[in-house]
Amino acid sequence: MAGPMRIRAQIQGDVVNVRALMSHPMETGLRKDSSGNTIPAHYITEVVASVNGKPVLTAEWSGAISTNPYFEFDVKAKAGDKITLKWVDNKGESQEQSVDVK
Amino acid sequence: MQRREVLKAGFGLGVFGTLVGAGVLQPRLVLAARSQENAFKATKLDEALKALGADGAQVSDQIVLGAPDIAENGAVVPIEIESKIPNTEAIALFIDKNPNALSAFFQFTPEALPRVKTRVKMGQSSDVVAVVKAGGKYYMTKKEVKVTLGGCGG
Repeated sequence: MAGPMRIRAQIQGDVVNVRALMSHPMETGLRKDSSGNTIPAHYITEVVASVNGKPVLTAEWSGAISTNPYFEFDVKAKAGDKITLKWVDNKGESQEQSVDVK
Repeated sequence: MQRREVLKAGFGLGVFGTLVGAGVLQPRLVLAARSQENAFKATKLDEALKALGADGAQVSDQIVLGAPDIAENGAVVPIEIESKIPNTEAIALFIDKNPNALSAFFQFTPEALPRVKTRVKMGQSSDVVAVVKAGGKYYMTKKEVKVTLGGCGG
């Protein structure tokens, strides 16, 4: 796995704006390398966003999401809440990262 | 509905386990199953809409689809979708001319606002279609994005 996930949570009134940058190749399985061999599919299939451990938003993705995916959304949360993002890819690899809302 | 699906999945696990043990199914394929797997597998837009159950989606001006008119780099096309339709449960993003039209499917609880922003790959100029599921009904809007350099060839 490349780098860690970067998450920024910013309070905007009664919601928290979350911006995340994940580190993932997002290979579609349709590309070929220089010698003509197909590069196997390797992409994030699901992202779950939770507030204080409770899932609030789920994203299901195809390989059409760009390499090193950017994902922005808004949740009802407040200072002191913990926002967690977890992704799973088509190989069963996963990564989880949390950030405290300040 | 969802709880029922989860329960069904639970009951199904025994069968899955047997199949995995017998080498019929690769474990990673089991892990990769998405709730809209059939819609993700569909190649054409109309097939994907049908698999989602959204083939009769009504055109709505209450969906804000933010996408560039011209994308110079098809590998990174910013897309933002916001639904102003009450009780939005899900948003689906389709790229008509990509090899698989369905690109993303977002499901919201009342604790999340029905707005998402991400970046997608586009192989060529195409309609970008946003479908919203709200109160059990489907709504849609679309926008054409012209791509200068395709993003799927590497």
